Amino acid sequence: MIEYRNVTKTYGSNVGLADVSVSIDKGGFAFLVGPSGAGKSTFIKLLLREVRPDSGTILLGGMDVTRLSNREIPSLRRGIGIVFQDFRLLPRKTVYENVAFAMEMIHMRSRYIRRQVPQALSLVGISSKAKMYPEELSAGEQQRVAIARAIVNSPSLLIADEPTGNLDPDTAWEIMRLLEQINARGTTVVMVTHAKDIVDRMGRRVIAIKDGRVTRDVRNGVYGAEDE
Amino acid sequence: MTYSIKQAFKQFFRNGAMSAASVFSITAMMLILGLFFLLVVNVSNIAEGVKQDFDTIQIYLLDSVAPDAAQGMMRGLEGMPEVKSARFLSREEAMEDFKARFGDKAYLLDLHQENPLPNSIIVKVGKIEDADMVAARARSLQGVDGIDYYKETVDRLIRLTDFVQIGALAVIGFLVVVSIVVVSNTIRLTVLAREGEISIMKYVGATNWFIRGPFLVEGMLIGLVSALVSACVVAFIYSKVTELFGMDLLVMLSTGLVSQGFMISNLSVIFAALGISIGACGSIISMRRFLDT
Repeated sequence: MIEYRNVTKTYGSNVGLADVSVSIDKGGFAFLVGPSGAGKSTFIKLLLREVRPDSGTILLGGMDVTRLSNREIPSLRRGIGIVFQDFRLLPRKTVYENVAFAMEMIHMRSRYIRRQVPQALSLVGISSKAKMYPEELSAGEQQRVAIARAIVNSPSLLIADEPTGNLDPDTAWEIMRLLEQINARGTTVVMVTHAKDIVDRMGRRVIAIKDGRVTRDVRNGVYGAEDE
Repeated sequence: MTYSIKQAFKQFFRNGAMSAASVFSITAMMLILGLFFLLVVNVSNIAEGVKQDFDTIQIYLLDSVAPDAAQGMMRGLEGMPEVKSARFLSREEAMEDFKARFGDKAYLLDLHQENPLPNSIIVKVGKIEDADMVAARARSLQGVDGIDYYKETVDRLIRLTDFVQIGALAVIGFLVVVSIVVVSNTIRLTVLAREGEISIMKYVGATNWFIRGPFLVEGMLIGLVSALVSACVVAFIYSKVTELFGMDLLVMLSTGLVSQGFMISNLSVIFAALGISIGACGSIISMRRFLDT
């Protein structure tokens, strides 16, 4: 699904990633851990083609991301769902409209939108709040809406950038269960996180990055002391 | 498409004050542009009309030239392809014309015992540019005393219209640039207000043109509204001007002002095209920073 081959990215004299080679299988679930500034964000930005690497290739579903022209970026991103720590919902739109927005943006037929949005909302368990505005929801509920928006176009890859960072432990676990559920349906999930107990208890693959290098890559891994 | 238009209208009214300010500035510049346009078209038109009056060359003949010889000269000139027509003007006829021009003071001319005016041939050229050549040819003929034509006046007139046109173009170009900057600033406010929306659009894979759409339409809308307002104001001003000076000019220069209908319909099209282009350029400029993926 995802394959990084000797990827290097520097920003002036700062190292983003240094000769990183990693691959994540289709349907996999991986945590990306490491201290702030270690290169996790660069890893994600390269995948979304927000930046280009200095060298190396990145394959996503057989497509070479580094070689895409700017015009092809939208189609790349349509295959990727993204969830952020700060939810990034549109405050003036209702829950329903926020999710529908993601479909309108890529010219989906309105009949199809009317069918898909309720499904996504029910999957994340927020159907009853469809007509509410984000500010009327709790943080956990807002993150559910964000997840619904990320998956409504059925992406094959879901990137979660510290999705539990703003949530209390119980809510965080609810969100994790939701991500597991989405992963079980066949979506590859890559989650950037600092949440030690979540990583430890999930027992999933852990890719640790430090100073732009992969320092650890283990199945059923735990959060290491050096990842703080 | 419908999405863009709907969003654009919403933003236009939501940013009411800024939209109004932009419309106001663009209208101001279009008014100046419109007045220049009226000026240029009318100056050219009048110049054109005046040129028509100056397409004659008067060739004065020596008194020694016999009427038959004069007729021959006339036919010779008429044979030139550049010459539209030639007419023999006898000294008596010339005197009559002269008297007519003096009107009720014509008796003054009766003081002369003898008619001081010479016989002449009046030649009309097809194109004013050929006047020099025809004049040179006439000068070479036997029995020609002198030649009178308005070459210099016409040259000066052409220079004046050129100057007015170039000056107007320079001013208009400058105003267009200013307008684009004004629009791009207004659109930038909208863009900033919707930065969150734009970043989400990018993440879900909306194309750049799709993201740009609503802002583009908003800019064009600002331009179009300005065009509409300016067209109305200029139409009003021009109708007043024609009312006040139209007849005077017609009498003075025998060329009236260009008709209102022609002026306004053309100007409306120019305004609309210009307004839309200015709006579009302005919004594309203000979007650039947000879309450089």
